[in-house]
Amino acid sequence: MKAIRTLTLAATTSLAAMLSAGAVSAVEIEYWQYIFDARITAMDKLIANFEAANPGITVKQSTFPYADYRTKVAAAIPAGEGPDVVQLFYGWLNDYVQADLIQPLPESTFPAARIEAEFFPMVQAMKIDGKYMALPTAVRSLALFYNTKLFAEAGVTAPPATLAEMVEIAQKITKKDGAGNITLEGITSGMTAQDHQWFREVLLRQFGAVPYTDDYRTVTYNTPEGVAALEFYTSLEQTLGVTSSTFMDEPQAAFKAGRAGMHIDGSFRIGALKDTRGLEWGVAELPAGPDGTQSNYASYWVNAITTKAQGEKYDAAVKFMDYITSDEAMQIWLDTVGELPAKPSAALTDANIADPVFGPFIKGLGYGHATIFADESGQRQVLVDAVSRIFLQGQSAADSLAQAAAAEQALLDSYYAK
Amino acid sequence: MKFYRNLSISQKQVVWAWGFLALPVLFYVVIRFYPTADAIVLSFQKWNMLGIRQWAGFDNYIKLYNDPVFWKVFRNTFVYLILGTPASLVISFAIAYHLDKVRFLHSTLRALYFLPFLTSTVAMAWVWRWFYQPVPIGLFNNFIASLGFQQIAFLNSTTNALPSILLPAIWAGLGFQIIIFMAGLRAIPTSFYEAARIDGVSNWTILREITLPLLKPTIVFLVVFSSISFLRIFDQVFNMTTNNPGGPLDSTKPLVLMIYQTAFSSFDMGYAAAQTVVLFSILLIVSLLQLYLMRDR
Amino acid sequence: MADTQIRASADALLRAPASARGPRDPAAIIRWTLLAMGAIVMVMPIVYMLSASFKYPYEMYNLNIIPKEPTAENYAYVLSDGRFYRWFANSFFVATCTTVSAVFFDALVGYALCKFRFRGRLIVFIAILSTLMIPTEMLVIPWYLMSRSFGWLDTYWGIMFPGMMTAFGTFLMKQFFETVPDDFLEAARIDGLNEFQIWWSVALPMVTPALSALAIFIFLGNWTAFIWPLIVTNSQELYTLPVGLTTFSVEQTVDWELIMTGAALATIPTLIVFLIFQRYIIRGIAMAGLKG
Repeated sequence: MKAIRTLTLAATTSLAAMLSAGAVSAVEIEYWQYIFDARITAMDKLIANFEAANPGITVKQSTFPYADYRTKVAAAIPAGEGPDVVQLFYGWLNDYVQADLIQPLPESTFPAARIEAEFFPMVQAMKIDGKYMALPTAVRSLALFYNTKLFAEAGVTAPPATLAEMVEIAQKITKKDGAGNITLEGITSGMTAQDHQWFREVLLRQFGAVPYTDDYRTVTYNTPEGVAALEFYTSLEQTLGVTSSTFMDEPQAAFKAGRAGMHIDGSFRIGALKDTRGLEWGVAELPAGPDGTQSNYASYWVNAITTKAQGEKYDAAVKFMDYITSDEAMQIWLDTVGELPAKPSAALTDANIADPVFGPFIKGLGYGHATIFADESGQRQVLVDAVSRIFLQGQSAADSLAQAAAAEQALLDSYYAK
Repeated sequence: MKFYRNLSISQKQVVWAWGFLALPVLFYVVIRFYPTADAIVLSFQKWNMLGIRQWAGFDNYIKLYNDPVFWKVFRNTFVYLILGTPASLVISFAIAYHLDKVRFLHSTLRALYFLPFLTSTVAMAWVWRWFYQPVPIGLFNNFIASLGFQQIAFLNSTTNALPSILLPAIWAGLGFQIIIFMAGLRAIPTSFYEAARIDGVSNWTILREITLPLLKPTIVFLVVFSSISFLRIFDQVFNMTTNNPGGPLDSTKPLVLMIYQTAFSSFDMGYAAAQTVVLFSILLIVSLLQLYLMRDR
Repeated sequence: MADTQIRASADALLRAPASARGPRDPAAIIRWTLLAMGAIVMVMPIVYMLSASFKYPYEMYNLNIIPKEPTAENYAYVLSDGRFYRWFANSFFVATCTTVSAVFFDALVGYALCKFRFRGRLIVFIAILSTLMIPTEMLVIPWYLMSRSFGWLDTYWGIMFPGMMTAFGTFLMKQFFETVPDDFLEAARIDGLNEFQIWWSVALPMVTPALSALAIFIFLGNWTAFIWPLIVTNSQELYTLPVGLTTFSVEQTVDWELIMTGAALATIPTLIVFLIFQRYIIRGIAMAGLKG
C-alpha cells in the first residue's frame, strides 16, 4: 500500500505541474500538417511572418506522424475538432469535398483566372464545379541522386542520361562479398518507397505503355510494353544484380549511409541529405527511356480551409491561406524544405533552374504527370505485390502484371462506384 | 437511514453490493458494451468515416467470405496460434523444469529469463527487425555471412517471414510462462516424488506420470492465455513490416492487422467492423473451450 | 487447491530450490551451463539494443557488443528535444492515474462479486469477463466518436478513460479475495465496521501481494500503450512516450541508432520498476497462474 500511496503523491504533483494554462488571444486558428522536421521549421517561419503582419491573429501548428496523419485528419474533422487550415495530399481532395469537410476558397481573394494564370497547370485538379477548393505552397517531382565519391571511385564522370547508362554505371559501382551478397548497391530499389511512382508514371511511359486513361479510372498498362517495363525493373535485381530491394531496410537509408551509388527520390529528400555529414552527392534528371522519352511523377500537398472555420476564424484562415500561397512563402518553403514553388513565376527563376540541386527537379516538373490516386497505399501495394510475386514466387512478369492490373482496376472500380 | 437499519443482513448486503458496483457497471456499459454494440451495428453498414452511415445488410460479410485475402489472413492467424502456443509452452516448461532444480545463481537466471517480458513490444520489434536485415546491417546475416554461408531472407520471404515474426512474440512471453510453470511445479507436494523415488521409478516416468498430470490446471491456463495473445498478435507484425504491412504478399498478416488496415488505410469502417465481429467470435469460441476444459477442476 | 498452499508455493518460488543432488554432479553442471547459455541468449536483444544506443552510426552494424568508441551523443540528441521530458511526464502521469483507479475499482468489484450474495451477481461477473474477449481495435472508433461528443479529445482524461477499470484485474482480484476467510469479515462486521470499511481495512490488506502485482501489470500496460493515445491526442504536449518516439522515425527515414536509443529510453524505466518490485512481480504472477 505504501507504494501506491507514493504513486498517488507523485501523480498529484505532476498533475499540478501540468495545469499551467496559457492566456488566450483574440483569434487563434489551428493548422495541421504531418511531422517532417523541415516542413515544421518552414511553417514556423511562415507563421512568425504572418503573425507579425497580422497582430490580431495567432496560428497554432499541430503535427502528427506521417503514417497516422490521414487517420488523424479523417477522424478529427468530422468530429468538429482540429484544424481551420489543413494540409492534405492532393489525391485526397475528392473525399473531403464530397464529405463537406472543406469549403471553397473565396473568389474575391482567389479568383480562378488568376490561379490558372499563376500556378502550374496540374493545380487545376483542385478546381471542383468551377471553384478552387485548395492550393499548394509547393510541388514535388522525382530526380536521380548520385553519390559523387562512389562515382569518382568507379571512374564515372557524369550522371547517367539514359536508362542504359544508368545500368552500366550501376554495374561499375556494385560490390559484393565472397558469398555474393551485395555490400554496395549500384542503385537503390524498393517498390515500397518511391519506385512505384517511378514505375507508374516514368518507366511505363518510357517503354511505350500508357499507365491509365486520362481520368485515371481505367488501368491500361497491361500490354507487352508494360511487361517490358516491368521486366526492366525486375532485371535490375534479378539478372543484373545491381540492387536489392531489402538492402539496408530502406532505399534512402542505403543512399544516406553511402552504401548506394544512385537513388531515385523526391525533392523532399534534399533537406535530410543536406544534413548528412560525409555524404557527397549530386542530382540529375531522371534517365531518359530507350527512345529518349523523358517523364516524371509530380505531386503536391495542398492547404485548404475546413468547414470548421467560421466567422472571424474564417477571415483569419483566408488571410493565412493567402500568405502561405504567396511567392514569398514559396521561396521560404523552397529554401527550408527543398520543395519546389507551385508557381512558375517563383519556380522558374534563372537562379532556381541553374541551381545544381533544384534545377533537375524543376526541369522534371515540365514533363511531370500527377497520378490521380483513388487509394494511394492500396495502389502502391498492388505494385509491391507484383514485384514480390516475381521475386519470391517465380511468377513471370506478364502474369504478374496482368494480375496487378486486375487488382488495381478492382480497387479503382470499387472506389468510384461510391 | 432508518430504512437501511430495518433491512435484514442479506438485504443490506444487496444494497452494499450495488453501491460498490454502481460506478463500475456504468463504466462497463458506457465504455465497453455500448461501443461493442456500435461496432456490431457498424458491421451491417457502409461508412468511410467522412460521410453518413448507410445500411448495407450482410454485404460486408459476403464481401469477407469472397475475399481471398481474408482467408489467407484467417489461415495466418491460426498458424501463429498453432506454431506459437505449443512452441512457447514446450520451451518454457523445459526451462522451468530444469531451472527448478538449479540452486547456483537461481534468482539471477530467473530474472534474466524474465526480463524480455518487461520490454516494450514496439521497441523490441524494431530491435528484431534490425537483427533480421540482410548484410551488411543485419546481425544474424552478418554472423551467417562471416561463417561463409549464403545469407537467409528472414523477412523478405513468404515462408520465413511468419516464423521470424513469431519468434520475438514467443521470446517476449517466455519469462511469464516460466514463472507460472515454476509456481505450478512448486505446488506439487514433494511427498509424491519421494514416494516415487522409493519405488525406484525413473525420472522420465515421474515426469510423465506425476508432474505433467498434476500440472494440468497450469497447462490449461497457459494454453488459453497464450492462445488468446497469439490470436490477437499485432504489434510485432505491424512494427516489423512497416514498409509492406503484413507482407510480403500478405504472408504474415494476422486478422488484427487486416482490421487496422481496412479501418485506417482504406477507411472502410463497416468492412473493418465485420472483421472485428469475426475476431470476436473466434476469441469467444476459444474462451468457451477454456471453460469446458477447466470445468473438472 | 487450498489457498494457504498457493501462498506457500508462490512464496517458495522466491527461494532457491532445495537441490536433490550435490552441486558437483556432472549432470547438474551441464544443466546449469545450458540454462545460463539460454539466459544469455534471452537477454541478447536487450543487450544489443543498449549497445547500439551507445554507438556512432558507422559502428551500428558491427557485431561487437562493447562499442569501440562509445558515445552518449545519441542520448544527447534524443534528450535535447525538450518535448521528450514532457512525454515522459505524460506517460508517467497517465500510467499512474489509470493504475490507481484500476487497482481501486478492480479490487472493489472483485470483492463485491466474491463476497456478496445477491441476484445478478453471476450476470455482472460474466458480463465483465466477456469484455476480455472484445479486441480493443474494435472499440477505437466508437471511443473516438464518444470522446468528441463529451469533449474529451486532446485531454488527459481522454487518454485515460478506457483503462480506468479492467476486466482482467477484476477477475484476478475476485480470485484472490476467495483466499480471504469469511470469518475475518464476519468478525469485523460484529465489531461494527460497515462494508466499505471491512473491504478497505480488513480485506484489502490481506491481498496486498495481488494488489501490487496488478498495479505493476497495469502500469506496464499503460506505459507502453500506443494506438489509443495516438488517436485521441492532437497536441504534442499531450503525447505519451511511445507516441512521441514515433516522431523520431519521420517519413520513410530510419536512423537505427536513434531508434535504439529511443527504445532503450522506453525500456529502462520498466527495467528499474522490475528491479525494485521483483519479489512482488514474481510472486504475483505465480499466484495469478495458480489461481487463474
